Amino acid sequence: MAQKSSGFFNWINTRLPIVNTYERHLSKHPVPKKVNFWYMFGALASVVLIIQIVSGIWLMFGYENTEEGAFASIEYIMRDIEYGWVIRYMHTTGASMFFAVVYLHMFRGLLYGSYHKPRELVWVFGMTIYLVMMAEGFLGYVLPYGQMSYWGAQVIISLFGAIPYIGESLEIWVRGDYYISGATISRFFALHVVALPLILIALVFMHLVALHEVGAGNPEGVDIEKHLDEDGVPLDSVPFFPYKVLNALVAIGIFGIVFSIIMFFFPEGGGYMLELANFEEANPLSTPEHIAPVWYYSPYYAMLRAVPDKLGGLVVMGAAIAILFVVPWLDRSKAASIRYKGILSKIAMTIFIISWLMLAWLGTVPVTALRTTLSIIGTVIYFAFFLLMPIYTSIEKTKPVPERL
Amino acid sequence: MEEKITTRRKVLIGMTSAVGAVGASFAVVPFIASWNPSAKAKAVGGPVKIDVSKMQVGQKIQVSWRKQPVFVIRHSKEALKNLSKVESKLDDPSSLKIDEPYRDINPTRSTSKEYTVIAGVCTHLGCAPKYYPEMESQPWDESWVGGFFCPCHGSMFDIVGRVFKGVPAPTNLKVPPHFFDGNILTIGEERGTA
Repeated sequence: MAQKSSGFFNWINTRLPIVNTYERHLSKHPVPKKVNFWYMFGALASVVLIIQIVSGIWLMFGYENTEEGAFASIEYIMRDIEYGWVIRYMHTTGASMFFAVVYLHMFRGLLYGSYHKPRELVWVFGMTIYLVMMAEGFLGYVLPYGQMSYWGAQVIISLFGAIPYIGESLEIWVRGDYYISGATISRFFALHVVALPLILIALVFMHLVALHEVGAGNPEGVDIEKHLDEDGVPLDSVPFFPYKVLNALVAIGIFGIVFSIIMFFFPEGGGYMLELANFEEANPLSTPEHIAPVWYYSPYYAMLRAVPDKLGGLVVMGAAIAILFVVPWLDRSKAASIRYKGILSKIAMTIFIISWLMLAWLGTVPVTALRTTLSIIGTVIYFAFFLLMPIYTSIEKTKPVPERL
Repeated sequence: MEEKITTRRKVLIGMTSAVGAVGASFAVVPFIASWNPSAKAKAVGGPVKIDVSKMQVGQKIQVSWRKQPVFVIRHSKEALKNLSKVESKLDDPSSLKIDEPYRDINPTRSTSKEYTVIAGVCTHLGCAPKYYPEMESQPWDESWVGGFFCPCHGSMFDIVGRVFKGVPAPTNLKVPPHFFDGNILTIGEERGTA
């Protein structure tokens, strides 16, 4: 396969298969010839991962993981270190953009049935990445030790207390103290910068290996593996380089513009990306008037608040994430893509989007009786969308999926 | 013969794995245990003393113990008389669901007839509830008779920290160990344990 390359690369390749791997997974890797913009978010997510790793390492140069020093060290990064503010806003904007592209990437999966056989494991690894990202985002948000860091962490760690019998000791064990102290910060720091990123990178690797084994999907839900040329390459595919690469470069260019506009002009995102209460140092004796999570957790926070029971709220919130893992086995439709699914799936998808966005909004605003009712309705719709999926996807009439892309 | 060797191999593999598993679980202990509060963190959580004689009747003050808010409230006689009236609204008026340290001594739930000493940590998700002693209509309850309201998720407690029905908080606010020595209140320690 790699005989044509020069002597030097040939020498290396017979000892370390870099050329083979490069050709198999990058240059010659076949991708469906017709996809749309929804298929760009995976590439964008890997770009954000790199941004987060690089800006994160640079933040560590100035950050201090102690109770006394954490908040001041953030101010030091922002004011005294040259371009420290850019590095920090890059990291905070990156966090929000990471979730934004991952949500869009996940939504693409739902829309075009990217989890359909044989891509179930690709989806499961993807969901695990999302779960680890949520933990990673939470741990990172605690590190500046502002008011919202403190009280957000207080609320989240108190969730462990809902577990019967061991809850209370578990809370103390997680904090390593009777309140969220320097002990908590230093362990969260270690998890945030070393442990979880290692897991995240390993999972991304598995996600990609699994994806390359089965090949990428397409918006039509056509199985391109059915029609191969004499070399075993799908007829409806194009090589990754240059076709996918050039496509991705355009997407990365546009994404870079959006990212920069937010980073330079709206780094606080109106209080949804960096909450204003977090510009005040943590005070364990005074709860802010209104505690809200950053926008990317808000739908699940709304679900937590919708349940008037501590353990029940935790269970519902956990189930809302857990149910995403089994979507490949809930969808019984013959067609993968929404384009060929029946009317029931389309209605269900529309209601689901509306209710998810409503929950996202509800999670950021203070509770009132009406909003609690809306949160309950939204939660019920969220679960109904998934739990009824085996029924509505199997009884509805699908359109025939074409043979070729 | 062949059969015997295979069985023997299986037993040996099983036993080796079992010993390995036991060893591995012992090896995990230090990694788990190192997350417990350190000796330093435990030492900082020592008791605090305050003079409560200067408190006004009806006043609430906040004391910091283990860096957590502890509320001390000095009740008026009328307020204490009204305690029984609110009981129909309460989920657990006699604190049977929690480990109540000074059960049935005083209606204040403390060791004093006049003062209440409660942890200012909502039993739902740990926010600090706010004190609204006035008996007047509030946005969250039209027939409010005074007590604590948690701004985070709307849990309600009466003036001695007993939880209302139908709110997210599962139990009454906790009563920390404490004792009165004249006007001096010690929080974080029982009488005679020091």
